[in-house]
Amino acid sequence: MEFISYLVNGLGLGSVYAIIALGYTMVYGIAKMLNFAHGDVIMIGAYISFFALMNFGLPIIPATLLAIICCTILGVVIEKLAYKPLRQASSLAVLITAIGVSYFLQNGAQLLWTSATKVYPSAMPSGSLTLGGFSISWLTLITIGVCLLIMAVLTTFINKTKTGRAMRACSEDKGAAILMGINVNFIISVTFAIGSGLAAIASVLLCSTYPSVFPTLGAMPGIKAFTAAVFGGIGSIPGAFLGGLLLGIIEILAKAYISTQLSDAIVFAVLIVVLLIKPTGLLGRKLSEKV
Amino acid sequence: MKSNKNILSVLLNKRHKGRTISYTLVVAAWIILTVLQRGGHVSSLIAGLLVPITCYMVAALGLNLNVGISGELNLGQAGFMSVGAFTAVCISGYLAASIPAAPLRLAIALIGGAFVAVIFGLVIGIPVLKLQGDYLAIVTLAFGQIIKSIITNMYLGFDENGFQFSFVQNTTELAPGGKMLLNGPMGATGTQRIATFTAGVILVLIALMIIYNLIWSKSGRAIMAARDNRIAAELSGINITNTKMLSFVVSAGLAGAAGALYGLNYSTLVPNKFDFNTSILILVYVVLGGLGNMNGTMIATVVLVLLPELLRSLQDYRMLIYAVVLIVIMLITNNEHLKTWFKSIRSKQADSRKEAA
Repeated sequence: MEFISYLVNGLGLGSVYAIIALGYTMVYGIAKMLNFAHGDVIMIGAYISFFALMNFGLPIIPATLLAIICCTILGVVIEKLAYKPLRQASSLAVLITAIGVSYFLQNGAQLLWTSATKVYPSAMPSGSLTLGGFSISWLTLITIGVCLLIMAVLTTFINKTKTGRAMRACSEDKGAAILMGINVNFIISVTFAIGSGLAAIASVLLCSTYPSVFPTLGAMPGIKAFTAAVFGGIGSIPGAFLGGLLLGIIEILAKAYISTQLSDAIVFAVLIVVLLIKPTGLLGRKLSEKV
Repeated sequence: MKSNKNILSVLLNKRHKGRTISYTLVVAAWIILTVLQRGGHVSSLIAGLLVPITCYMVAALGLNLNVGISGELNLGQAGFMSVGAFTAVCISGYLAASIPAAPLRLAIALIGGAFVAVIFGLVIGIPVLKLQGDYLAIVTLAFGQIIKSIITNMYLGFDENGFQFSFVQNTTELAPGGKMLLNGPMGATGTQRIATFTAGVILVLIALMIIYNLIWSKSGRAIMAARDNRIAAELSGINITNTKMLSFVVSAGLAGAAGALYGLNYSTLVPNKFDFNTSILILVYVVLGGLGNMNGTMIATVVLVLLPELLRSLQDYRMLIYAVVLIVIMLITNNEHLKTWFKSIRSKQADSRKEAA
């Protein structure tokens, strides 16, 4: 019984990781860059929803929507200003720029809102659902539900719509996509917009579970979600979903049964083992090299 | 025959030029700073940064071997620094009574730190170097995190009955007169500060010597061949894993020595000091200095360590400005228009030289 409740909590945490990892993996798949500033977009989303809830007294859904809108704009602006001029540059140059953006957002937040930890209001329905002997909190249920919904919508979007098809084409072969009349710059912007919007949703879910808001809030979930994306095979959307869920479950189980202090080490050790057995992640495609 | 000789002389020239500049730069900096310090012209702020700068420099030089020469993105350099630092602090703490001479103890601690980091490099390298590209990067990141977690949970002490070690929970019970070397999340405390700027400069020179000799050796050319075209290098009979391992391990050892010096420069050292951000910071020095360019790495390290300190008068805005500077430098150095403009200037210069000849 205890095991099942840990499993459910793990699914809840994993859902948050999965939502963040989707942003990482989509940006990687299409722009071929590791966006290290993604974690800090989560932090901005957390602050915006915090102020919307506390200062404007908005209910949770409009607050989340506001965070989504702001983060989407932020993501697109970052892409246009910092990453777009580097389309032809080496991937390391883009990586360092992303780190610069990350520093900028963290220190900007610190200047604007100080480094003091703010307590996130509990706006989600409290209490729990009791089913035949064991109970799940509504928050965990909502988190898992939101993650499933996002996954379903995103899969449909990628597979059924014209923009989605264009996105897949861009990740497959950018040059050919341009020749087919796809506006690659627009597609990359859309990808950043979706990723950042998802980060905003993740921020609300994350802060409802762990209610403290501070400027470096996004760093650790960012690294974990990045790990989750690689775990599932970076660039693969089902992979990010699976990787996120598994990572969350492993983390919670490691905390419960092995050691709280060592849970991070265990998560990363599992990642290494998985990559040794499957070098391109669980669902990643094997790239064959041409001579 | 004649053209062969020409190529050889050019190569020799090129070989010596880079090294000579590096060694001269380092020795000149050492002389100038020592003289200034004797005269009391160095502010305490700068004086306090001298040893950390040499530490970051050595770690960055090692990372440049990894990222620039070998072409593998390593996001866990701080992990090796951490291993070296805490090994050295333990060695120094343990030997404090038996070897009172600080320089000898420092040398033993540095060698010990580098040695343990090399062993970690070997153990980590075996799985890591099977992977490629971004997957390799994430695994080095993961190892950096694991090393940090493990050191955060280690407790090591000694008394007259010998060593006591415990993991996760502190169960060491030392007799009076015993000493804790590692104290979990608190790290190492009460370390004697035996690191000196001169030792740092010697370490930088040794690092340069190792790296230049490696680059210009047969193994060094094999490393670069494996970077430029893995398959072609493999077909030419180069053992890819071994060559990559060589650069990875040397890089780890240098980071270990750098960390050792760093650890012995402060009386307290927490494991959190060597986190992901430190790895990234060192990577920034390497990329801004130029991949494979050792002089660039050294200059970038000095500038980027000093920059936040020199911006101190701007108080809260300094890290924001640091971030903006970082982004702007990357945008400018990778600007296509500027690149073509520089190229056109260079080719014009070359043309005029040809005409003059």
